[in-house]
This record gives sequence, structure tokens and C-alpha cells, in this order.
Amino acid sequence: MSLAWVLTLGAFLFSVGVYGVLARKNAVLVLMSIELMLNSVNINLIAFNAWFRDSAAVGQIFALFIITVAAAEVGVGLAIVLLVFRNRKTINVDEVDLLKW
Amino acid sequence: MDPEATEGAVVSWPAVFVAIFGAVAALSAVAVVLSRNVVHAALYLVVVLGAAGAIFLVLGAEFVGWTQILIYVGAIVVLLLFGLMLTAAPIGTHALDNQQRGVAFMTSAAVFGVFTFIIWRSFGSQRIHLNQVVRTSDVGRSLFSGYILPFEVVSVLLLAALVGAIVLAKKD
Repeated sequence: MSLAWVLTLGAFLFSVGVYGVLARKNAVLVLMSIELMLNSVNINLIAFNAWFRDSAAVGQIFALFIITVAAAEVGVGLAIVLLVFRNRKTINVDEVDLLKW
Repeated sequence: MDPEATEGAVVSWPAVFVAIFGAVAALSAVAVVLSRNVVHAALYLVVVLGAAGAIFLVLGAEFVGWTQILIYVGAIVVLLLFGLMLTAAPIGTHALDNQQRGVAFMTSAAVFGVFTFIIWRSFGSQRIHLNQVVRTSDVGRSLFSGYILPFEVVSVLLLAALVGAIVLAKKD
């Protein structure tokens, strides 16, 4: 199996996530696109781990850390989204412009 | 395909499975960012994450594959669906997308082009030889011997995020 094809899949998922973050205005959909990007990094780490044939499985451990950080990120992110919705009645990220001058 | 890919007439089944699940993941990822219905987007995200978990399993990452399915599909997507239900989720392209779709597409295409160029230039001839499965016990042994400090730090991070989410979402 070619390593580069798996890495290309990761790059594609990352690019799709970049598109989603830039083009979506619903905050929950932006969070979903961020999950896509984090997941593409996991694919890269697992592919490199299989390529190195590392007995310590360092790539898998880093992937586990990324999964944990993603869970923390989506928890705090959704709490912020709920708070914004409660205060502003919208979660469109282009309408939440209190910090814009 | 690189010239070393010809390994006789034997079909490499892991490569076939990775190709199938990769295609499923790629198409569903596109559906996530193009879908006009937020709930459909979340369900396509389930397909992407499940296919990625299957790829992890094929690549020999047993524990990470099942963790991926358990945490992402079981917890994170459910959390996102709760978020969709608690906020009024509109339907339609104009309600969900902003006016920068062209710029966003060009940016992501540029990112993909640069990444693909670098990947194929650096690793175009490298091959993955799958001859071992990394057992959960191996991951655990490595995690609790060499990476115990990052493990503790990330658990404190998770606790802090939990408390922070409760404090933020609490009604005063």
C-alpha cells in the first residue's frame, strides 16, 4: 500500500474542513468542519505509525491525545455556541460581531 | 501510482479496503460541507468518522480505531446533534453558508494542491508494509511508561474543559 495515497486522503479531508470553516456561517457546522480537520491529522498520524512500524506506537498515542483534545474542544465550543444563542438569538458567525469595530 | 506498486498479481486487500473507506470518507466529507440540512451534515460526519475508524483498523491501529468510533461517533456527534437541537437550526444554502464560498473554495484548493505536491514529492515512493497489529496492550504499555506526563496533562485539560463547559452553559 502506498503511504502517499493515505496522506493524500488526509490532505483532502483537511482541505474540505478548511472550506467548511471558511464557507459555513452556522457555528455548529463550523465546529463539524474543525472535527474534519482534526480527524485528517489523525489519519496522517496513524499512516505514519504504520509506515515506521514503531513498536512504541507513538503515532497512535498522539492520535489518542488529539481525540481527547477534540472532545474537550467540542464541549467548550458548544457551550459557547449555546451561550451566544441564548444572548443573541442567532449562531451565525457573521452576525456575532461585537468585537468588530 | 508509483512504479513499485506492482507486487505481482496478488491484490493487496488492505489497500483495497483503505481505498474503499477512503472514497466513502472523502465523498461524505464533501457532503458535510455542502449539505443544506444541518442534521444531514451531522449524519454524514458520522459516516466520515466511521470510515476513518475503519481505515485505522485496517492500518493496524486497533485501540485508536475503536476509540475513534466510540468517542467521535458515540459522543462528539451526539453532542453536536444536541447543539443543533438546542439552537434553532435553519435549512437552506443561504441560511447556512456565507458569501465567501468562491474564496473559500480557492483557498482550500490551494491548500490541497500544496499538500499533495509536498506529500508526493517527499513520500511518493514510500510503502506501508502491514505485517503487525499494534495491540491495545502495546499502546497501554507505551502510554503509561513514556507518555505518562502528557497523559496526566491531557486528563487535566479534559477536566478543565468539562468544568468550563458547565460554567459557561449554566443559567444564572
